[in-house]
Amino acid sequence: MIQVDNLTKRYGPVEAIRDVSFGVEKGRIVGFLGPNGAGKSTTMKILSCFMPASGGTARVAGYDVFSQSLEVRRRIGYLPENAPLYPDLSVSTFLDFVAEIKGIGRTARRGRVADVMERCFVTDMQNRLIGKLSKGYRQRVGLAQALLGDPEVLILDEPTIGLDPRQIAEIRALIRSLAGQHTVILSTHILPEVSMVCDGVIIINRGRIVAQGTESELVQQAFPTARIEVRVAGAGGDVAGSLRALPGVVGVEPLMSRDSAVGFLVESERHRDVRPDLVRLVIGKGWALQELHQVGMSLEEVFIRVVAGEDLGAAADGDTATPAPRPAEEKP
Amino acid sequence: MRWWPVFKNEMRLYFGSPMAYAVLFVVLFLCGLFFSVLFLNFSDVSMRSFMQPQFGQNLNATEFVLTRLFVITAQILLFCVPMITMRLFAEERRSGTIELLLTFPVRDGEVLAGKFLAAVALLAVLLGLSLTFPALVAYFTRVEWGAVLSGYLGLLLAGSTFLAIGILISSLTDSQIIAGFIAFGLAIVFWVIGWFADLTSGTLRVVLQYLSLIERMDSFSRGLIDTKDVVYYVSAIALLLFLTLRSLESKRWRG
Repeated sequence: MIQVDNLTKRYGPVEAIRDVSFGVEKGRIVGFLGPNGAGKSTTMKILSCFMPASGGTARVAGYDVFSQSLEVRRRIGYLPENAPLYPDLSVSTFLDFVAEIKGIGRTARRGRVADVMERCFVTDMQNRLIGKLSKGYRQRVGLAQALLGDPEVLILDEPTIGLDPRQIAEIRALIRSLAGQHTVILSTHILPEVSMVCDGVIIINRGRIVAQGTESELVQQAFPTARIEVRVAGAGGDVAGSLRALPGVVGVEPLMSRDSAVGFLVESERHRDVRPDLVRLVIGKGWALQELHQVGMSLEEVFIRVVAGEDLGAAADGDTATPAPRPAEEKP
Repeated sequence: MRWWPVFKNEMRLYFGSPMAYAVLFVVLFLCGLFFSVLFLNFSDVSMRSFMQPQFGQNLNATEFVLTRLFVITAQILLFCVPMITMRLFAEERRSGTIELLLTFPVRDGEVLAGKFLAAVALLAVLLGLSLTFPALVAYFTRVEWGAVLSGYLGLLLAGSTFLAIGILISSLTDSQIIAGFIAFGLAIVFWVIGWFADLTSGTLRVVLQYLSLIERMDSFSRGLIDTKDVVYYVSAIALLLFLTLRSLESKRWRG
């Protein structure tokens, strides 16, 4: 549904994104993840036909965003960053305008507008001026606007920003419900959001894609081994040696000891759960088990590892928050 | 025909804010001020010519009051039109709504057409309300309606040209103040350029006269519709709108 190849965008000498390539299949929800200034919004602006790329191609719903822009725009709903709206219009007037400009006929318009207002929980504010609304409501009006016309593809730039926790949950449920009929690409820097809402993840940093796939794929890539933290008290002898001897264990690292307990980080083969064996070993030896849990399996850890690793490698050219111009000869 | 929703929306924005009313009030108030001066002056002169019949042979209310009023109105419009146009693109750019507008399934040209026609419609409302002045004259004396009509056509054409200048400037910046101020400055240039023309000679004079947007108003206000003048204004508008379209496009490229 969305196919992006080697997309590059330069603002003067500054390269906002570089050689970005990815694809999103129909009916999937993909999260675009990255620190501020990584190029998320730039990519979305190109996909929504707001501005052309400096290089590379992007196709949405089978049409090229540059040469068939109008066809693309007929098939997308776009929520720009910070949901810009007309403050002097009331919610229903604004949505009616959007419905009309999207080509929804006069008779169908009223029903469609009422429907999106219902879905985005803004019906009770329909006669208020947008300028008088709170950030959360404005955000939802922006989302309602994107949903009008039932577009095949939704491009949502930080859809849950500025919402309170309950509203966030509602909007996430709404976006989740779009899966199947709609293809959604949403950007965020809230990591749990991606786990909750998205089928796939694209991590972008400093203008380049650093990882993409499903959440479990990314976790596997970043952490080829499963890691278990174990703490035992009253242990004598070579604890690390006994742990290492267990089948499936590939590495044991001592952790800082707390009180009388000693701790180890046990790395094991990913698909082999060594926890039962560990417990049996500890109990068999007569040690007191204080703690045993798996670590480092979340998307958050992946993100930190991937992005921090990138930044560490590129620390030489300074600022980590904004993509700085890079010399052409630099290789990742 | 997707310009229609844009047009409707712009009209809502004009009349939903104090902007349109402020412009209408100020322009009509100023016109009214000049009108009363001209009309009182006319009644004074006609009274005196009544005493000295050889004087007032061809005293004519249309010519004495309305023709002058049209020229003055054109000058007032020159200064007030930036207020109408400065918002059109600059504000959208500043608030970010341009990003919505240009990603809706409408062509840039349709967006521009909607916005320009909305500004022209506001101008037409303004000129419509100012018909009060010829109507007042008609209440007291005979009015040559042909000349009035020609004067209004001239005002509409000249006014639309000012609007097109304003809209071009508005598309170049994201500050309303700068858009208004530059359009205002340009208005003065186009006004004063006619005076320079009078001081020069030869080709320069012809060129300057050609550039003077106000000068052309004179023949319209005297009741003379010259195809050349109509073509002049229409092609000026077309050129300015074309440049605006290009400016919108280039802004896209530069992001």
